[in-house]
Amino acid sequence: MARIIVVTSGKGGVGKTTTSASISTGLAQRGYKTAVIDFDVGLRNLDLIMNCERRVVYDFVNVIQGEATLNQALIRDKRVENLFILPASQTRDKEALTAEGVQKVLDEMSETFDYLVCDSPAGIEHGALMALYHADEAIVVTNPEVSSVRDSDRILGILQSKSRRAEEGREPVKEHLLLTRYNNERVERGEMLSLEDVNDILSISLLGVIPESQAVLNASNQGTPVILEDDSEAGGAYADAVARLLGEERPLRFLDGQKKGFLKRMFGG
Amino acid sequence: MSFFDYFKTKKKSSASVAKERLQIIVAHERNTRDQPDYLPALQQELLEVIRRYVEIDDDQVQVQLDRNDSCSVLELNVTLPEEITDPQ
Ligand SMILES: Nc1ncnc2c1ncn2[C@@H]1O[C@H](COP(=O)(O)OP(=O)(O)OP(=O)(O)O)[C@@H](O)[C@H]1O
Ligand SMILES: [Mg+2]
Repeated sequence: MARIIVVTSGKGGVGKTTTSASISTGLAQRGYKTAVIDFDVGLRNLDLIMNCERRVVYDFVNVIQGEATLNQALIRDKRVENLFILPASQTRDKEALTAEGVQKVLDEMSETFDYLVCDSPAGIEHGALMALYHADEAIVVTNPEVSSVRDSDRILGILQSKSRRAEEGREPVKEHLLLTRYNNERVERGEMLSLEDVNDILSISLLGVIPESQAVLNASNQGTPVILEDDSEAGGAYADAVARLLGEERPLRFLDGQKKGFLKRMFGG
Repeated sequence: MSFFDYFKTKKKSSASVAKERLQIIVAHERNTRDQPDYLPALQQELLEVIRRYVEIDDDQVQVQLDRNDSCSVLELNVTLPEEITDPQ
């Protein structure tokens, strides 16, 4: 039985796809057979971040509609063993994802995978609901910024009322906060909500803090999940988040990173 | 307020203003989650009735439905303005 993890946020552009790519890569590196599934039908991007855009033949919707088998659609990652990508359709619309269809594919995948990571589209409409419906755990990606925190709170409400676990009255979806694009210098200047501020408002368990980092853009330019850039702060922070997801304890790092980096640059240290 | 006080509050401001605003809106939205669709209209009509007698602001009437297993309680909160006491 696979554990199903949705990466969600409500607000767009906060780092869901970046996170889905790195968390799934990290789980596979740890030896778990993992698939990352793009639920952003019509706007697929995960293939680019995972550097498999030219290997896409069939997609999630093809599998749902019986036009391809799961094995035909799944793309095996070339760098990391145990890692597979199920791309979204570029041409269909989001309504092509039906609850029964998604259920059928996830059930089939559950038989052979340890983890299924679902990359949700932005918003709180059909596509996002389909992505979170079957989840056992949710990574709520949040930027330290008012509209993102508010949307995260709304998504938490939806997880608590509209997920399958909620509907069936089972143990609730396990919620994790992942604070991304964090800039400690700006927090210290009082220009950005701090980790503590966001925690006070959302009060769910913290999976990690990913610093705002140029390495993320560099990695996405090259189609590398940033967790594979293990000398980058963002990569290290994602590796810590994966460890915490697996129940290990890790101290928070990089919270004073930007400042040191800045001094280093200034003084060549 | 001195020049420096102005500077201080301004410097402190944006993140803590953001936090305060968030705390208020999030608390409000959590309360209105899973509430029946007719509540906003009910609240509006109650407001109109009360306004025939007392002048109050939009946010001084709060309506909330608490559902329990056996019964539901419609909670109505009206904050009346303080008695205007003229110091003169
Ligand atoms: N920690 C970070 N530091 C710097 N840039 C980041 C970071 N995380 C994400 N980004 C950048 O933010 C942009 C949006 O990221 P991403 O595509 O992962 O967001 P998303 O939530 O999946 O967006 P959408 O809602 O459109 O699906 C990208 O350009 C990405 O490189
Ligand atoms: Mg995305």
